[in-house]
Amino acid sequence: MRRYEAFSMALEALRVNRMRSLLTMLGVIIGVLSVVILVSIGTGAKNAVESEIAGLGSNIILVVPGRLTTGAAPTQSRLNLQDVAHVRRVVGDPAKVTVSLQSGETVRVGRTEQFATIVGTDENLPNIFERPLERGRYLSETDVDTRRRVTVLGAEVADKLFGDIDPIGRQVSISGARFRVVGVYATVGATFGVARDAEVHMPVTTAQRLLGISRINGMAVGASGPDEIEPLQGRVLAALQERHPGDQFSAVTQTQLLGTIGSILGMLTGVLAAIAGISLLVGGVGVSNIMLVSVRERTREIGLRKALGARQRDILLQFLIEAVLLTTIGGTIGIALGVGGSLLIQALTPVPAAITWWSIALAFGVSVAVGVFFGVAPARRAGRLDPVIALRAE
Amino acid sequence: MIEAVDLTRSYQLEGVSVEALRGVNLTIGPGEFAAIVGPSGSGKSTLMHLLGCLDRPTSGSLRIDGVEVAGLNDTQMAELRNRTIGFVFQSFHLLARTSALENVALPLVYRGISRNERIKRAKAALEAVGLAHRLDHRPSQMSGGEQQRVAIARALVGEPAVLLADEPTGNLDTRNGAEVMRILDGLDCTRIVVTHEPEVAAHAVRQIHVRDGLIELDTAT
Ligand SMILES: Nc1ncnc2c1ncn2[C@@H]1O[C@H](COP(=O)(O)OP(=O)(O)OP(=O)(O)O)[C@@H](O)[C@H]1O
Ligand SMILES: [Mg+2]
Repeated sequence: MRRYEAFSMALEALRVNRMRSLLTMLGVIIGVLSVVILVSIGTGAKNAVESEIAGLGSNIILVVPGRLTTGAAPTQSRLNLQDVAHVRRVVGDPAKVTVSLQSGETVRVGRTEQFATIVGTDENLPNIFERPLERGRYLSETDVDTRRRVTVLGAEVADKLFGDIDPIGRQVSISGARFRVVGVYATVGATFGVARDAEVHMPVTTAQRLLGISRINGMAVGASGPDEIEPLQGRVLAALQERHPGDQFSAVTQTQLLGTIGSILGMLTGVLAAIAGISLLVGGVGVSNIMLVSVRERTREIGLRKALGARQRDILLQFLIEAVLLTTIGGTIGIALGVGGSLLIQALTPVPAAITWWSIALAFGVSVAVGVFFGVAPARRAGRLDPVIALRAE
Repeated sequence: MIEAVDLTRSYQLEGVSVEALRGVNLTIGPGEFAAIVGPSGSGKSTLMHLLGCLDRPTSGSLRIDGVEVAGLNDTQMAELRNRTIGFVFQSFHLLARTSALENVALPLVYRGISRNERIKRAKAALEAVGLAHRLDHRPSQMSGGEQQRVAIARALVGEPAVLLADEPTGNLDTRNGAEVMRILDGLDCTRIVVTHEPEVAAHAVRQIHVRDGLIELDTAT
C-alpha cells in the first residue's frame, strides 16, 4: 500500500467522525493556542523593554557612584564637576561626556503647579542621548558656563503648565527662582518607569547653585562604536578610582542592562510556554484515549482489512497517520487562533504581543510529535489484532 | 491447488485445550467447487480460516499453489491472502459509509494498484455481479442481496485463485441466496462454500462433511 493511500484513509476516517475528531483536537488546539499567545506576550514584553532601552541612544556608558546592584541602597555621590572634567580628558572627546544631577521640585507658572524631575545637565546631552526637540533649542555651553537660569521642558511638563500656549521665552518658577524656557523636548515616553517627559532640564551649574550642592549624580559617556565600549568603561573607572581611592564606581551600558532584563523575560516566557506545553500534553493523552476507543470500535473493520490483504504495517500506518492528523490539524487550528488572538491582544489592549516564527514552528513540531508519541500505542494494537478474532468481534 | 495434510487446530481456553480440528486431510484442485457441510461447532469456520491463511494450524501441513503456509511470516501471509484468496462472509463485512465502488476496490489498495486502475477494475467486478447501477450506493442504501453481491465483487476484483465463502447465504432470503449461488456457479476459480443449507450445498460438485473436527465424508473419494 502506498503512503498516500494510508493518508487518505485516515483523513476519511476523521471526516466520517467529524464531531468526535473536533472534540479530540480541542485539547491540542487549546494547548497550541496558549503556547502561541503566551510566547507572543512574553516576547512582546521583552521587545518593548529592549526598544525602550535602545530608544535612549546607542553605545552609552552610564557612570554612577557605588555598586550598581538591584536592591542596594543608593550610594551618597562623591562625584563632582572636576571629576567630569578629568573624565573628559581621559575620554579625549569632551563633547561625548555629559552630566546629570537630579532632584524632584515643583515647577510653577502663575497658579499652575506641576511636580517635575529637575535634571541639571549640559550642552552635550543631545550628542549622547536620543532627545529630539519639539521647539526652541538645547542648553548651550554659555548657559552652563554662566549659570543661566534657562530651562528645557519635557513634553508633559510643557503641556501641563502651558497647554496650547507656546512656552518659549516664557517664565517658570522653580524653588522660588525664575527661569526662562528656551526649549521643549518632543515626547519620548518612559524608560524603566522613568517618565522622561516629566523632566525639566537646566544647566548643571545652575542646578547646583539652586540646590546648594557641589556634587553631581552621575555622568554618561558616548562611545563611538560597540567595540569601544569595554576599553572606555575601563579607562573611565580607572580615572575615577584614581581621584577617589577606595570608592566604588559603576559603568554600565544598555547592552548589559538589556542582557539582564532580556534573560529574566526570556526565562519568564519559557516558564509560560512550559505551562502551556503541559496542556498540550494533556491534549495528547486525549488523542491516545480516543484512538484506543476507535481501534476497539473498528475491530471488525481491521479484521476485514487484514482478510483483504492489509499487512500489520498498513493498519499501523493508517491509525498512526490518523492520530498525527488529529494533532496536526488541531495544532494548525491552534496556531491560527493563537496568531489571531495575539493580534487581537495587540490591537485591543496595551499588552505588547509579538508573534514569533519559532514559537509557531515549535508548536507545530510538538503537535506532530505528540500525535506520533500518543498514536503509536493504539496503532500498534490495531496492527497486531488477530484477523480471525477481529472478524468475529461485535 | 490446496493440499492439507493432518491439519489440526486447538484453542487454549482457561488451561483446557479445545480441539477444533483434529487432523484434516484434503486436496482441492484448481477450478473445483466444493461445499463444506456439518453441524454447528464441527470446525467448518476454523478450517475455512486456515485455508484462507487468516490463521495458522497448530500442526500439520497446508500448501497453497505449492507454497507451504507454515513457512510464511505475517506479511507474506497477508500478501498471499491479497493475491490468491477472496473471502465472502455471512455478514457481508462491507465498510459502512463507503460506496460500493470503494468497498470493491479496497483489496487493490493493498496491492499498490493506482487509483484509476482500481476504479476501472472495481467497476468491471460490480458489473459482473449485476450492480453497475449501484456504484455510489452505500451498504445502508442496499438490500442484503445487493450487499452480498458487492462483497462477492470485492472478493473477485483481485482475480484470486480461490474463493472462500462462509455461509454466504446465511443472512439472505431464498431468492437472494439463489442469486448469489448462481453467481458462484458461473466462476472459473476454486470455490469452497461452507453452508448449512442442502440446496446451497447442491450447487457444488463435491460435498465435504465435517464432524467433530474431522472429515467424515468426502464425495470426491
Ligand atoms: N477463538 C476460539 N477460542 C476457543 N474456541 C474456539 C475459538 N474459535 C472456535 N472455537 C471452538 O472451535 C470449535 C469449532 O468452531 P467453528 O467456528 O469452526 O465451528 P463451525 O463449524 O463454523 O460452527 P457454525 O456452523 O456454528 O459456524 C467450536 O467448538 C468452537 O467453540
Ligand atoms: Mg462457522
